[in-house]
Amino acid sequence: MNNTKVIPSAKGNTHQHAMAGSRLPITSPKQRNRSRLQLTRWIGLGLFSFWLLVAIFGPLFAPYPMGAFVSDQIYGGASAAHLLGTDYMGRDMLSRILTGARYTVGLALVAALLSTLVGAGFGMLTVLLPHWLEESIRRVFDTLISIPSKMMALVMVSAFGTSIPLLILAAVLSYAPGSFRISHSLAKNLATLEYVQVASTRGEGRLYIAAVEIFPNMIQPVLTDMGMRFVFIVLLLSGMSFLGLGVQPPVADLGSLVRENIGGLSQGALAVIAPALAIGSLTVGANLLIDSLSNSRDNQKE
Amino acid sequence: MQGESLIVRDLDICATPPGEVERTIVSQISFALKPGEVMALIGESGSGKTTIALAMMGYARRGCRIAGGSVQLGETDILTLPALETRALRGHRVTYIAQSAAAAFNPSRRLMDQVIEGALIHGVMDRQQAQQKAIQLFAELALPDPEHIGDRYPHQVSGGQLQRLMAAMALITDPALVILDEPTTALDVTTQVDVLRAFKRVMRERGTTALYVSHDLAVVAQIADHVLVLQAGEEQEQGPIGQILDKPGHAYTRSLLAAARPETRVPSRLASSGDELLRIDDLQVGYGHRNRSGEPDNIVLDHIRLRIDRGQALGVIGESGSGKSTLARAVAGLVAPSRGEVQFNRRELSPTLRGRTSEQFRRIQIVFQSADNALNPAHTVRRLLNRPLETYFQMSRDARRQRVEELMDLVKLPRTLLDRKPSELSGGQKQRVNLARALAAEPDLILCDEVTSALDTVVGAAILELLAELRRELGVAYLFISHDISTVRSLCDDVMVLYQGECVEFGPCSTVLNHPQHDYTRKLIGSVPELQPGWLEACQWSTHTQPSTSPV
Repeated sequence: MNNTKVIPSAKGNTHQHAMAGSRLPITSPKQRNRSRLQLTRWIGLGLFSFWLLVAIFGPLFAPYPMGAFVSDQIYGGASAAHLLGTDYMGRDMLSRILTGARYTVGLALVAALLSTLVGAGFGMLTVLLPHWLEESIRRVFDTLISIPSKMMALVMVSAFGTSIPLLILAAVLSYAPGSFRISHSLAKNLATLEYVQVASTRGEGRLYIAAVEIFPNMIQPVLTDMGMRFVFIVLLLSGMSFLGLGVQPPVADLGSLVRENIGGLSQGALAVIAPALAIGSLTVGANLLIDSLSNSRDNQKE
Repeated sequence: MQGESLIVRDLDICATPPGEVERTIVSQISFALKPGEVMALIGESGSGKTTIALAMMGYARRGCRIAGGSVQLGETDILTLPALETRALRGHRVTYIAQSAAAAFNPSRRLMDQVIEGALIHGVMDRQQAQQKAIQLFAELALPDPEHIGDRYPHQVSGGQLQRLMAAMALITDPALVILDEPTTALDVTTQVDVLRAFKRVMRERGTTALYVSHDLAVVAQIADHVLVLQAGEEQEQGPIGQILDKPGHAYTRSLLAAARPETRVPSRLASSGDELLRIDDLQVGYGHRNRSGEPDNIVLDHIRLRIDRGQALGVIGESGSGKSTLARAVAGLVAPSRGEVQFNRRELSPTLRGRTSEQFRRIQIVFQSADNALNPAHTVRRLLNRPLETYFQMSRDARRQRVEELMDLVKLPRTLLDRKPSELSGGQKQRVNLARALAAEPDLILCDEVTSALDTVVGAAILELLAELRRELGVAYLFISHDISTVRSLCDDVMVLYQGECVEFGPCSTVLNHPQHDYTRKLIGSVPELQPGWLEACQWSTHTQPSTSPV
């Protein structure tokens, strides 16, 4: 504050200037963004981990067995005995959702993990392969990416009949190419960086370079991408089930729960709204979580 | 509109790093400029130069906040302006010339549209007038073909021309204040002279008030009237340029001056044993398709011969695009030469990585310019240093641990940094880790590709000191690539001057640099700014005086 004495006029203005400084439009948008970011992350994390827990422990808490006919009333509303009402055959909806979530979440998780493993694995390794091999592998994935995912799943189901391994295979075939494209371009950029060149002038092998030099620096975007694929796969599998080509009775995933009870839609039955909401909250939760994770990574970089 | 006076009082700027509490990064900066004067802000990176310069437009970068003080330009108090008037001010009365013109121009639009954009947005003049004015400015800035250069796209002109075009963009509205943020740092010395000369003339003629941000005292000496020396966001010293250069009052200013005039460490010829280590014969490197006789489409390097003895340091200088880095990459095996051979230790070296032995990998190490990219951000320092020990030597875990600590001592880094990641180190520290990793292999030859270029002068001088010391103690040889003549002079025995991929001069450092024979070498040496005002006017070199070998 020595300077205020040197420049007398500044003294009276100090307060005003401080105000002026903080009034500028560019002041601190960051603070606001961060708190909003935190909020969406918690919502996303909450929803997603809720469904994960349901998938793991859900059946333990189901009040009735999944296939048991427990009520005379079909499309029953919420009651003390049946918290989410009953379905078109008088089965307890809560029990069916608690059990069915396992198929949706589990199948989608397995399929998302596999497609990322296949896609990212190839994406990373092809960068280090000779040019002609890299190009041929890319063409194979490009061919796969040009087939619409639902079409591919429908054709496979109609050719081989539906089964859980086949559904997973269809999802992996549809979603691994996308993951390949993303991780390939990430790895391609990383491979030109100087630390990779240093490693190759050190005489390191391809696998070492891929696993130790490249992979740790692309794991974040690859994980984000995997989260996105998870959401897509949930929607694909639910769609398949809705068409009656997915998971088959007596078991049911969330998509088949919606289809079974579609007849109750005109009555506004809880039996169709509840599983639809379940799919919605699962995908919205996963999306929010992914968004906030990738945002926070961007912020860290700045 | 002429330049106006600028008075800054008690400027404070605060920043909030992600997840941390707000702290002050610039504090209590005051200075005053009369109309037409040029003030230089000088300091190392992170000292707040750019942050202060941006505050002159009432702008603070994301996460920053102008916390107090005043900026008075002519009659306007910039920091109290409402948002709309601030917007009208920027790009009109206050304009900005950024460091990298290549990044500042939109590659998909013609240069003329971008140069006059500011004038049109602010409604200063109509398109016709603006274009005339732009052409006039192009001529004043000594741009070739001023009538038509505006029809080109940014990639069709050179870096130096682009920088001058950006000056035209900044000056077209006749601003009261121009902010130049390291406008010549990314340029070659030979281009820098022209750009500086053009800037200076235009600014003098128009009486523009300017703020010149730089880390290079010699450049500042040519263009500024006053200097403000900054360190860690605080003023260290302020005064007319002559006074700062002749009678620096502050210790930090003196260290800046010392780093700008590196003393020539008389290289000890003792270290060189006359034992041949690397020999290159008639090397040609190129990119693109090869024709029948095996010559590639684009030849980057041709007819290169050199010899490095054990413990010797060879400097390679030349401007960007002269093929310096390609030479290092060819020796390292990253690019296969199309002709010629490389002998290492009297044995032929395989042109690609595949044919090399582990022993050859170990003996040749490469250290890149940017430590940011050369160190894997995912690994800790310990892991980075451990890896060469694992690959090259069969060492026990304890022996490795001990060796890593020795290496840290060797490059004068505290051992506490071992468990940090590169992002948690400063630029100088990163470059030391980068060196330590090369030293871990106990190499005979280190290829140094612009190792000090990305560093502040003071930090760079310390790295040079370290390189010289390592050479004395360990007897390693260097192929030292640089565009900076003073660093080569202070470290190397021999020097090779590259121009457009060919060696134009080769010989002992003292001979070549003190008595250059070739035109290009003379130009290169003559273009390095000296630490005295008025050097720019005395310098006779410019891009228009082409060396004789230059193909037209």
